[in-house]
Amino acid sequence: MNHRIGWLIAGLVLALAGASQFLLNDYYQRVLSVIAINIILAVSLNLTNGISGDFSLGHAAFMAIGAYTSAVLTLPVRMKAIVLPDLPVWLGQLEVPFVFALVLGALLAALIAALVGTPVLRLRGHYLSVATLGLMVIVQVVALNWQPVTRGARGINGLPPFTTPLWAYGAMLLTVGIIWRVVHSPLGRAMIAVREDELGAACRGVRVFRTRLAAFIIGAAFASIAGGLWAHLITAITPASFSFLLTFNVVAMVVIGGMGSISGSVAGAVLLTLLPELLRRVETSLALGGQPLYGLSQVVIALLMLGVMIFRPGGLFGREELPAVLARFQRRRSAQRQAPHPSPSS
Amino acid sequence: MSTEALSPAPLLHVSQLSKAFRGVQALHDYTLTLQPRTLLGVIGPNGAGKTTLFNLLTGVVSPDRGRILFNGQDITGASPDAIVRAGIARTFQNIRLFRRMSVLDNVKVALQSTQPFRLAEAVLRLPRFVAQEQALEERAKALLAMLELEPYAAMPADSLPYGLQRRLEIAMALATNPKLLLLDEPAAGMNPTEANALMHLIARLRDELKLTIILIEHNMRVVMGICERVQVLNYGEIIAEGTPEAIQNDTRVLRAYLGTVHSEPNHARA
Repeated sequence: MNHRIGWLIAGLVLALAGASQFLLNDYYQRVLSVIAINIILAVSLNLTNGISGDFSLGHAAFMAIGAYTSAVLTLPVRMKAIVLPDLPVWLGQLEVPFVFALVLGALLAALIAALVGTPVLRLRGHYLSVATLGLMVIVQVVALNWQPVTRGARGINGLPPFTTPLWAYGAMLLTVGIIWRVVHSPLGRAMIAVREDELGAACRGVRVFRTRLAAFIIGAAFASIAGGLWAHLITAITPASFSFLLTFNVVAMVVIGGMGSISGSVAGAVLLTLLPELLRRVETSLALGGQPLYGLSQVVIALLMLGVMIFRPGGLFGREELPAVLARFQRRRSAQRQAPHPSPSS
Repeated sequence: MSTEALSPAPLLHVSQLSKAFRGVQALHDYTLTLQPRTLLGVIGPNGAGKTTLFNLLTGVVSPDRGRILFNGQDITGASPDAIVRAGIARTFQNIRLFRRMSVLDNVKVALQSTQPFRLAEAVLRLPRFVAQEQALEERAKALLAMLELEPYAAMPADSLPYGLQRRLEIAMALATNPKLLLLDEPAAGMNPTEANALMHLIARLRDELKLTIILIEHNMRVVMGICERVQVLNYGEIIAEGTPEAIQNDTRVLRAYLGTVHSEPNHARA
């Protein structure tokens, strides 16, 4: 029953995304795609930060890996000769379909996550957060200096605009579906157990390190896919695109939505993508003394985050998923419906 | 006792196990040979090294010296999860549950360590994975039923009353399918009725599941009631070992618990 509803929603989302490509103008299509990409980022970050309990700040690094991999692999050979003339010959003559570029980017990110995670996940808590932040710096520096492949600070532009809402939502549904199934499997249970009590988990036979590493690797792979999609949506990437600001935005989505809840991450991503976009229009239409209120959107979002953290410190969804929240809501409503009819004895 | 003499291979053999924390000798030259299906009680004043012993046996801390042979396998310094898979399970004195997970999921986490897991099967929800999850659910429910925790299956673990949390700890230890079960003060905070029920439960588990059990306990009624053999630790050393009756009359034990004993040992009761 529940499964069928899930498939139904997925089909509906995909159909709407496909329809939007015919019905909406470029701007709206772009906003829609950005929402889907941010959902992928938030849901994949939630796997480490919310589910297995390692607060990573390195998400932008894996996104950059995906973006650059996809960019270098999909750029038409003719353009590579002009834009990236110093590319190794085999890479210069390679032109890979978008799907394969995304998958290869994901595999590369997973490999790097495994290599980096093995030492870094020896750390815990704040130490781990700062170390993953270091990873982001390293990737940025590599992108800045590996001139033949990345063109350094100039970045790569003129990428083929492959990313349409259909691509973005297809990838998003795949991401959410896979991560949902991972979380609702023995591996996911082990991740949550590790988050709740690491020693307790180890003494019940959970391979703690392997479990934490799995969360880190899977999260990295999907961040890379989001990066690839993003590169082919914006069609231009520079090392500066993958800064701390980007990580911060994704972290905010996860925290506002509710750490540990997939539904929460989706909600957080939608909210924190749409809201700035809507408020931007208010900024220009609201004018005080002929001066548009630039910056209003950031202030409103900052206040919103403050409000959520004060009144719902667990985020919008807490740790719960949508079905559980809906079930509780329904119970409460049926209880209210009975309340206005007190029994005659009372 | 006779089976102990006949049985050729001990389940657990610990020799000269030692551990110091910042110069304090928590355990010194601890030695133990445990035959299958015995129930050993370990008693001693606070800080005598009882929990350190469990932490060493389960790989939570590694020893400075000594060897632990379990089931013919050297597990000295192995990781806690490897030791669990080798067949030693424990409960914790200061309860360690996955507090916001359901009671059922708590047991599932412990149960699943005994079976293989393939990510692709889980993601694709292959029939084999679905069947495996279903079997896991049934086994978890059966375990909860055995410990009379079934009505609480869907509740978060930390919403259980204290006594039931202790029983859930035992359920989780059993879920890992152990040969040796280490119980760290399972009766702590229980009233005499509850402690009595627990005593019977432990004896029943030993018989039904053919377990070997080491029991740390302050409640002497429980220890003396069900253990065949008792070890007494004080300042990290074994000061006495024997049947419950012998221990109750041992001068060194009385001295450790009550201070210096001047008159006849029979005077004071442990």
